[in-house]
Amino acid sequence: MSAIVVAIVGIGAMALGYFIYSKFIAEKVFQLDPNFRTPAHEFEDGVDFVPTNRYILWGHHFTSVAGAAPIVGPAIAVIWGWVPAFLWVVLGTIFFAGVHDAGAIWASVRNRARSIGAVTGDVVGARARSLFMIVIFLVLLMVNAVFAVVIAGLLIQFPSSVVPVWGAILVALIVGQAIYRLKLNLLWVTIIGVVALYAMVIIGPSVPISLPEKVLGLPTNAQWIVLLFVYAAIASMLPVWMLLQPRDYINGIQLFIGLGILYLSILIANPTVVAPAFNANVPEGTPSLIPLLFVTIACGAISGFHGLVSSGTTSKQINKETDIRFVGYFGAIGEGMLALASILAATAGIATLADWQGLYSKFGAGGVGAFVNGGAAIVANGVGLSSEISATLLTVMAVLFAGTTMDTGVRLQRYILQEWGEIYNLSFLKNGMVATLVAIGTCVALAFGAGGLDGSGGLLIWPLFGTTNQLLAGLTLLVITVMLARLGRPVWYTLAPLTFLLVMTISALLIQLGGFYKSGNWFLLVLDLIILAAAILVALESASTLAKQLREKRGVETQA
Amino acid sequence: MTDEERSKLQRLRAWLSQARYFVEEAYSVRYRSTIARARRDEEDLFMLLVFAEMMGVPNPATYYTLELQPLLLERFHEWHIRMGMEHSPLENFRCC
Repeated sequence: MSAIVVAIVGIGAMALGYFIYSKFIAEKVFQLDPNFRTPAHEFEDGVDFVPTNRYILWGHHFTSVAGAAPIVGPAIAVIWGWVPAFLWVVLGTIFFAGVHDAGAIWASVRNRARSIGAVTGDVVGARARSLFMIVIFLVLLMVNAVFAVVIAGLLIQFPSSVVPVWGAILVALIVGQAIYRLKLNLLWVTIIGVVALYAMVIIGPSVPISLPEKVLGLPTNAQWIVLLFVYAAIASMLPVWMLLQPRDYINGIQLFIGLGILYLSILIANPTVVAPAFNANVPEGTPSLIPLLFVTIACGAISGFHGLVSSGTTSKQINKETDIRFVGYFGAIGEGMLALASILAATAGIATLADWQGLYSKFGAGGVGAFVNGGAAIVANGVGLSSEISATLLTVMAVLFAGTTMDTGVRLQRYILQEWGEIYNLSFLKNGMVATLVAIGTCVALAFGAGGLDGSGGLLIWPLFGTTNQLLAGLTLLVITVMLARLGRPVWYTLAPLTFLLVMTISALLIQLGGFYKSGNWFLLVLDLIILAAAILVALESASTLAKQLREKRGVETQA
Repeated sequence: MTDEERSKLQRLRAWLSQARYFVEEAYSVRYRSTIARARRDEEDLFMLLVFAEMMGVPNPATYYTLELQPLLLERFHEWHIRMGMEHSPLENFRCC
């Protein structure tokens, strides 16, 4: 199968989704009203509530939600063959993610732009709200741990990327100073910054850096993980203008350049998809496709994390309610395209089927490494960069995404801990430094606890992370569904994805529970049980709220 | 320079300024609220310093800060509204 055909079918389907399905959802289900006074206007204060140009807002929304997850998930999931991953990404983006993301913005905009957690408290109940906070904390915890493991693995596998990856932080620091202290013209600073970043990518292969085999008894993997968390702790406490702001900005530009290079290379090189459409002989130990596929690919098909971004910041800046369709739904499509690129890189970039099977020798083995190797081969053939530079380029892309997600994740975790400190009156937790250390401590414990000091077990958490993420999406869909039911609008377009997600996540959790029990991984077994409890609570909460809604509606009808 | 060149140059300038606008918005939009809040906190501290004596906090620089009070009048109104006080909290400094 030619990769161009796959790309065109996928992108074409998503385009149809945007032009037809999202129009239907926006007009008939959410009934977006161009004359509705959005919170950005109603509470305009120049701080949180600022009406923003929709293209800018889309860029912000898209770069906030697109991270390493839509690269890692699909790259692992192609182990079942490329067709299941492809279908779930494309259909998930059209019928799940787009509706979920736009719906989360809509729900928030109609509730004075409060966060989806707060809206849950109002619409569903206080119990659901506490559940929401716990699920969010679990998602952040897992995302930080998993990404630390992923980055450490990449830095070891591709030593040429060490200089550009850490150099990018230096570039960001300089950009921050140039803009805030020296007040230089941003356009020129941007150009110089991006050129400097790519210059380091080109230099990278000639100055590879590897850490020593053992320092203080820690293997290389563990050293990188510790270094990464030290960095994340410092980054999350520095003033945002110094590091996070320029880093996110350069990262955003890099995202567009990277996606552009990948698709352009696919177009020029037209590689063949060597992976089987449906993999009949999956390696031993690979769990069954249903339901695990639907939690392995979370971001890229549907991700609850997007709801946090949608309701936290995006909803406060929506200029016109009708912009929600473009910002929310098209943001999800951007992420779907990234996931599609990851699938193509991991299946079409590898030379032969035997090589591909070698990479995917066991579940979780191929993953992001296959994305880098495959993508590098495509880029090398397509735009003619040397294969070493191409590999460095893609590693830097994956690492920078994962890194910025970690920065933000640790910061958000700290906020949640501080909030708990306020609620339960634990004065030590209110301290920013202590809260950061606790956040980092839990992440490190998870990264090492899952699979020993070498951190190799980190990727075992991946499906668990996906599961928790889907639960979060389920909660958001529940809020949207209840709101729609109260307004007397059709609920099937959110209720069907909600039911599907709950069935898949709960069965995935049960299957994984069996797996952890068999392999005697008690740490992850306990984690699985906690998430299972949360999942069952979400399901019960959904059932009882919707049943109540139905009863009320019947009551109104009989009275009438 | 011919007219055609001039109009080309003008279009280029317009395009550049448009690009600058987009780049600057893209840079600032994500952290606008965090930075605005940090700046507001700093300004609140400054406000506190200027009005320290009136709130019973001894301030050795009162002689100088007194001069600043009228300059802060506009911001003072915004500040006491934000702090949840409908009118000026200070007896000898009326606002609204």
